[in-house]
Amino acid sequence: MKLSGIRVLHRKNTADSIPQKLPLPETVVIPMSMHIGKPAVPAVKTGERVTVGQVIGTADGFISAPVHSSVSGTVKKFIEITMANGSKTNAVVIDTDGLQEICPSVKPPVVKDFESFVNAVRASGVVGLGGAGFPTFVKLGVKDLSAVKAIIINAAECEPYITSDTRTMLDKADYIAKGIDLLQKYLVPNRIIIGIEDNKKTCIDKMNKVAHGKDNVEVKVLPSVYPQGGEKVLVYNTIGRIIPKGGLPLDVGAVVINCTTLASIAEYVETGMPLVEKCITVDGSAVKEPKNVIAPIGTPLEKLFDFCSGFKAEPKKVLYGGPMMGIAVPSLDLPVLKMTNAVIAMDENDAKLPKTTACINCGECVNHCPLRLDPRAIAKAYKLDMCEELKNLCADLCMECGCCAYVCPAKRHIVQTNKLAKAKLNKYIREQKDKKEG
Amino acid sequence: MNKMISSVSPHILSPRTTQGIMLDVLIALFPAGVASVIIFGLRSLLVIGVCVAVCIASELIFEKICKKENTLKDLSAVVTGVLLAYNLPVSIPLWQAALGSMFAIVVVKQLFGGIGQNFANPAITARIVMMTAFSKTMTTWTFPDAASSATPLALMFKGELNSLPSYTDMLFGFRGGCLGETCTIALLIGGIYLIARRVITWHTPAAFIGTVLVMSLIFEKAPVYQLMSGGLIIGAFFMATDYATTPCTKWGKVVFGIGCGLITILIRFWGTSPEGVSYSILLMNIFTPYISKLTRSKPLVGGGKQ
Repeated sequence: MKLSGIRVLHRKNTADSIPQKLPLPETVVIPMSMHIGKPAVPAVKTGERVTVGQVIGTADGFISAPVHSSVSGTVKKFIEITMANGSKTNAVVIDTDGLQEICPSVKPPVVKDFESFVNAVRASGVVGLGGAGFPTFVKLGVKDLSAVKAIIINAAECEPYITSDTRTMLDKADYIAKGIDLLQKYLVPNRIIIGIEDNKKTCIDKMNKVAHGKDNVEVKVLPSVYPQGGEKVLVYNTIGRIIPKGGLPLDVGAVVINCTTLASIAEYVETGMPLVEKCITVDGSAVKEPKNVIAPIGTPLEKLFDFCSGFKAEPKKVLYGGPMMGIAVPSLDLPVLKMTNAVIAMDENDAKLPKTTACINCGECVNHCPLRLDPRAIAKAYKLDMCEELKNLCADLCMECGCCAYVCPAKRHIVQTNKLAKAKLNKYIREQKDKKEG
Repeated sequence: MNKMISSVSPHILSPRTTQGIMLDVLIALFPAGVASVIIFGLRSLLVIGVCVAVCIASELIFEKICKKENTLKDLSAVVTGVLLAYNLPVSIPLWQAALGSMFAIVVVKQLFGGIGQNFANPAITARIVMMTAFSKTMTTWTFPDAASSATPLALMFKGELNSLPSYTDMLFGFRGGCLGETCTIALLIGGIYLIARRVITWHTPAAFIGTVLVMSLIFEKAPVYQLMSGGLIIGAFFMATDYATTPCTKWGKVVFGIGCGLITILIRFWGTSPEGVSYSILLMNIFTPYISKLTRSKPLVGGGKQ
C-alpha cells in the first residue's frame, strides 16, 4: 500500500546557504505562548535586567514550556500581541544592550537517568520545532519505556523552500549524533530511523556517517513526495504502521522527533544553553537575497528581511513556515517564534488568490489525500450540518496538509472547509459526551 | 506598508484549472473533428458549429435568467457542444441539432445545478432523447463509400459480415456512423493525449473496451469490428470518463467500465437496436452514486489489522 501525496516544486534555493548571524535587533518581543498548552507565566518585572538564557517565563501546568531570554538587556514592558492564528498572548518586550551577557545559571544540566533527562528537556524550553510546537519533554516523557520500539527522526523537510533542517543536518550533525546517543541511553528504543527525502543527497551522506558505527541506527531515504514529513505519513513509510485515529505514534510503538528539535536538546545537555535562537530560512518571490539566518527568538520578522537586502517586490503575503502549511502573518512586527523554521514573503503574483469556481467532481482531492478522506463529502456534510456523517467520514482525521486544495482545479478552499468541519465535529462530539454524562 | 493578504494554507496551488482541463478535452477532440471533415465533408463543421453555438447561448441565457454566475469561461459548454455534434449523423437537420444542444445544457446540465452537479452526461442524454424524438433523421447515415447502405453494426446485426468495410477503412473512419465517432485512430490519439495529460486515467477505457473485446471473443462476434464500430471508442475515452457522472476512485472506474461494456454487449448482441454505447453509459451514470459509495476509499484510521 502506498500513501498518496503530491509532487511539488522543491524550491530549496537556500540549501547551500550557510546560516549567517543576524545583527542583534534593538528590541525583541518574546511571547509567553510559543507552544501547544498553557502559556508560560512571566518570571521577570518591567525594568529588570535580563541575560541570555535566563528564564523569563516559567512553565505553567503539565503541558507547557518555559521561555528564556534570547538577549541581554532590560525588560521594557509587557504587551498583548495578536498571533498569526488570531489568538492573543502576553509578550515580554526587551531592549537589548548589545552585550549578550550570558546568564550565570546557564550550565550543563546533570543528566544521569531517564527522569533527569526528561527534566533537562523540560528546562531547555525545546518544543516541536518541525512547526507543531508541542512541548518535547511531554512527548519524550513516556510512562512505559518498553512501549518505545522505534524512534523516528523526522528529517524529511517536505515543505517547499525550507532548508533549516537541512542546515541542522549539515552544520550540527555532531549534535544530532549526541542526541541519538541520549535517546538510545535513556529511551532505549530497539532502533532509531532517520527519515530523509531523496532530494537531500548531502544530508543523506552526512546522516549515514552519523549512523555508521552506531548500533541499530539507520537512515531511511524516502521519496520526495509531500507530505512525507507528516507524522502519520512518516511513521507509515518508515515502520509500516498506521497511527490510529486520535492516537499518538506511541500507540504503534514509535516516537517521532524532528532533527532540529533533537539537535537543540543535545546542545542544551552539552552546553546548558536553552532554546534562544533559531536558524530560519528567509525566502520567497519577494525577497531580494534569500538566505538562512540565525536570529534570536523574539526578533521582529522585518529585521530578517532587512538582513536579506529587503524586498525586490512588495510583499503581499508573508508566511510563518512553508507554503503548504504555513500561516499568513498580518504584520511584519510579529516576532520569530521557537518553532519558526522559515519565513516566506510572496510577491503579488504568488500571493493573489485565484477565483474559486464550482466543484466539477473530478475527485483529485480524494485521490491525493494521504489519509484517504473524501473532502467533497466532508464539504457537503459540513454545509448540511450532518455531524453524524462528518463522524463517519472521519473529518477529524484530517491533518490539514493541503494536498486536496493544492490539486483542486476549481481552486476551492478545501483546507478551510475541513478546518471548519473539524471544529463542528469536535463541538458535536463534546456535546454528545456532555449529554451522555449529564 | 499596505495591507497583506491573509488566507488559509496552502499558499501555492497547482497550475491546473477547470478551464485547462476542458481545453485539454477540446484539444483531444480536435483530430476526430478534422477526420470528420475529411470523411463527411464540410457539413460536419456546420453541425459542430451549430451545436457549440447553441450550447454556449443556452448556458449564457439560462444563467442570465437565473441570475447565476456566468460559467462560459470554464469551456464545459463548448465540450458538451462538440461531443453532442460528434454523436450526430452529418445529415442531421440543423434545427434538430440546435434543439438537442439546448436540451443538453438546459435540462440535463443546468436544471440539476450546472457544472459538476448533473447526474447524467449531457451529450449522451441529449443524443438519446434525439434518437427517440427524431428517430428517422438520427439513423439516416451518410456513407463515404457509395457502395454501402448500412453501418457496420447494422450489418453485423443482420449477419451480413461479408459486406463489412475493410479493417483500414474502419481504422480511418471511412464507414457509416455519427460524424465524430468513426475515425478510430483520431479518437485513440485524443484518448492517449488525455491520459498523458492526466485528465483521465486508463481504468475506464481499458475496462470498457476490454469487456467488449472479451465478450465478443467469447461469443465469436467479430471482435475487431466490435471495437471499432459504433461509438465505443469515443464513448470509452470521452463520455464514460466525464467527472461529474462517473466514479472517481480507480476501482469505481473499473466497475463503471465493465458495467458499460456488459450493457453495450447485451444491447448489441441481443437487443433490438444495433448500438448500445450511449444507453450503457447513461445507465451506468445512474448507478454511479452506488458504485462510488461501494468503492469509496476508507479513511486511514488505523487500529485493527494492519
